[in-house]
Amino acid sequence: MANPANQNQELNGKLSTIAVETYRWMVLARTFEDRISNIYRAGKIVGGVYVGKGQEAFSAALSTQLRKGQDVYSPLIRDMAGRAAFGEPLIDAARTYLGSARGPTIGRDGNVHRGNSHEGMPTMISHLGAMISVVNGMLFARRLRKKLNNVVGAASIGDGATSTGAFHEALNMAAVEKLPLIISIANNQFAYSTPTDRQFACDELVDKATGYGVNGININGTDLIECLEGFGKAIAQARSGKGPQIVVGNLLRLSGHGEHDDAPYISNRLRSSNLGQDCLVKAKNRIIEESWCSEKQCDDIQEQATIEVNAAIAQAESEKGPNPYSHDWNAYSSPSFRK
Amino acid sequence: MSISYLEAIREAQSLALATDENVFIYGQDVGAFGGAFKATKNLFHEHPDRVIDAPISEDAMVGLAVGAAIEGMRPIIEMQFADFSSVGFNQIVNQAATLFWRTAVPCPITIRLPSGGTPGSGPFHSQCMETIYAHYPGTIVMTPATVEDAYSMLLDAIAIDDPVIFCEHKYLNYHLKADSLPKQTLPAKSARIVRSGRHATVVTYSAMLHEALRAANNMKNDGYEIEIVDLRCIKPIDMSTVLGSIARTGRVLAIGEAFPWGGVTSEIISRISSEGFNLLDAPPVRLNSIDTPIPYHPDLWRYHRPTASSVEEELRKLIRE
Repeated sequence: MANPANQNQELNGKLSTIAVETYRWMVLARTFEDRISNIYRAGKIVGGVYVGKGQEAFSAALSTQLRKGQDVYSPLIRDMAGRAAFGEPLIDAARTYLGSARGPTIGRDGNVHRGNSHEGMPTMISHLGAMISVVNGMLFARRLRKKLNNVVGAASIGDGATSTGAFHEALNMAAVEKLPLIISIANNQFAYSTPTDRQFACDELVDKATGYGVNGININGTDLIECLEGFGKAIAQARSGKGPQIVVGNLLRLSGHGEHDDAPYISNRLRSSNLGQDCLVKAKNRIIEESWCSEKQCDDIQEQATIEVNAAIAQAESEKGPNPYSHDWNAYSSPSFRK
Repeated sequence: MSISYLEAIREAQSLALATDENVFIYGQDVGAFGGAFKATKNLFHEHPDRVIDAPISEDAMVGLAVGAAIEGMRPIIEMQFADFSSVGFNQIVNQAATLFWRTAVPCPITIRLPSGGTPGSGPFHSQCMETIYAHYPGTIVMTPATVEDAYSMLLDAIAIDDPVIFCEHKYLNYHLKADSLPKQTLPAKSARIVRSGRHATVVTYSAMLHEALRAANNMKNDGYEIEIVDLRCIKPIDMSTVLGSIARTGRVLAIGEAFPWGGVTSEIISRISSEGFNLLDAPPVRLNSIDTPIPYHPDLWRYHRPTASSVEEELRKLIRE
C-alpha cells in the first residue's frame, strides 16, 4: 500500500508543475490583452475587444488539463488564457484582432471569433449557449465511430448564457446522451450590465446541475489552485464515464463587457470584495509562497510573455488585410454550387 | 410495383445509411417508432446505432449535427414538422450556414423539413419554411415535387458538402406514386420543364406543381398550352431554365404555397423583371397563400392556398393581358 505521505508529495509535485504552467498562460493572456486594449484605444482595431481580465485562472485551469489534439475545447469571449493553454498560437489571436488576411478566418470574422476545429477547438458564434451542442456533436460523432477513446469535451460560457434555451437544450441533451461534457460557467456577476439577480432565481447557478441530473461543483474562480483542483476532478469524472459535469467559477470581470465599456454598473463594494480579487496577483503570490517559483522566475515568465506578444503583434501588424477584389466570395463548399 | 413519395424518402435514407458509415439520422421518434410519418420505418432495425431518437430540442439537434459534421460525418436531422425548425433557426442560419465561410470546414448536414399543408393541420403543422432558410448565404434549399426527385435529390443532399434544407411535402407523402425509383436524374440544382407550352409559363415547385398541372390540363381543352417549370431546388435558382421558358411564352405566373410577403415567387418575379424584362409580353404575376396564418378547417385551408382553380383563374387573366 502506498505511503500517504509520499502520495501527498507526488500530488503536490504535480500541482506545482501544473500551477506554474497555468500561471504562464495567464500571464501571456493578460499581457496580450493589455496590449490589444492599448492598440484598440489608439484606434487601430476595428470592431470590439473583449478581454478575460480576472478570469484567466478559471479559463486556463480547464484547458491546461485537457489533452491537446485529442480533447475538445470550445472557448468563449473571455478565454484568451484558455485558448493559449489549449495550444492556440498567439499569432492566430493577433492576426484576428488586427485583420490580417493570414488569420484563421482570413478577415471574415474578427476578435474572439477564431478557432481550429481540426485541433478540437471549434470557432465560436456570438449566440450564447450555441456552442455547447456543437461540442456534443463532436463527442457524439467520435462515439458513433468508436473513436471516443476517453476523450472529453469542454464548453465555456458565462452566467448570462445559462438563461438561454440553447444552454438548456444542449445540457439536457448531453445528459440524455451521457456525453463526457464539461460545462465551465464563469459566473462573473454581470452579463454585459445585467446582474445575476436579473439572470436567474436559484440561490447558486450550480443548483441547476441537479435538475439536469448531472454533477456540479462551485469553486472560487479567483483562486488558481481551487480552479485546477475543481476542473481536474470534473475532467476525471467525465473521462471515467460519469457523464456531463458543470463547474461554476465565482469571480468578477475586472473590465467592462468590451473595451468600449467602463462598467459603471459594477459597484466599488463589489470591486473590493473577495470576488474582485485579481486571480493573477493571487496566483503569483501563491506560487511564490509555496516556493514553486521564485520572484525572479515570475519576472522571467513576464518578460518571456512580453517578448512573445510583441513578436506576434509586430508580425500581424506587418501583414496585409484581405483584398475584397480578389477575395473568394463563395459561401458554398461544394464545387458544383460555387460560382 | 409502385412506390410512394414517402417510401422514396425512406429508401434514399436506407441506401445512404448502407453505403456510407458517416451517415446517421437524428430526430424525434425516428428510432424504433420509425418517425411521425414513418419516413424512417425499419431503418433503426437495419442500423440501430445510427438511427437515433433525439429529445425535443431542435436547437441542440442542429448544433449536434454541426459538431458531427466538423468531425466528418453526414448527419440527417429530421424535424418532425417543418414548423418546428423555427426553434432550431439560430443553429441553422448562424452556425451551419456560416461554418464553411468562417472556418473553411465544410458542413455536410441535411435537415429534412416535412413541409406544407394538409387538411386539418392548422397554423403550426402546415408551414412552408423554404423562404426563411433560402434567405441566408451558405444554405442549399431543395423542394422536390415528384417521387423520383424525393429519392434522388435526398441522396444528392446527403452527398453535398454544404447544409441542405430538404423541404419534403407532407401532402405528397401518400398521394404521389411512381412505378420505380430513378436510375439517372437531373443535377439537383437544375430546374425541369415538366410540360411544354406556348401561351404562358408557370414557375413553381413542391406540391404546387401538381395544382399547376391540373390547371394546365383543364385549360388544354380551350386550346391553351401552358409550359410548366418545376424549380426543384429553390436555392440556388436555375434562372437560365426559367428565362428560356419565358423567351418562348412571353408570360409568367410564379406559384408558391408559402406566405406571400417576400419569398421564392417574389424572388423569381424580381429576377425575371431585371434579367428578362425584354422577354415579357405582360406583367409577371405571382400567386401564394393568403397572408394569414394557415387555417385548420379544411374548407378554409383549401381556400387559403393556391389550388388548380385559383391557378387557372390567374392564368386566364394573364393570357388575356
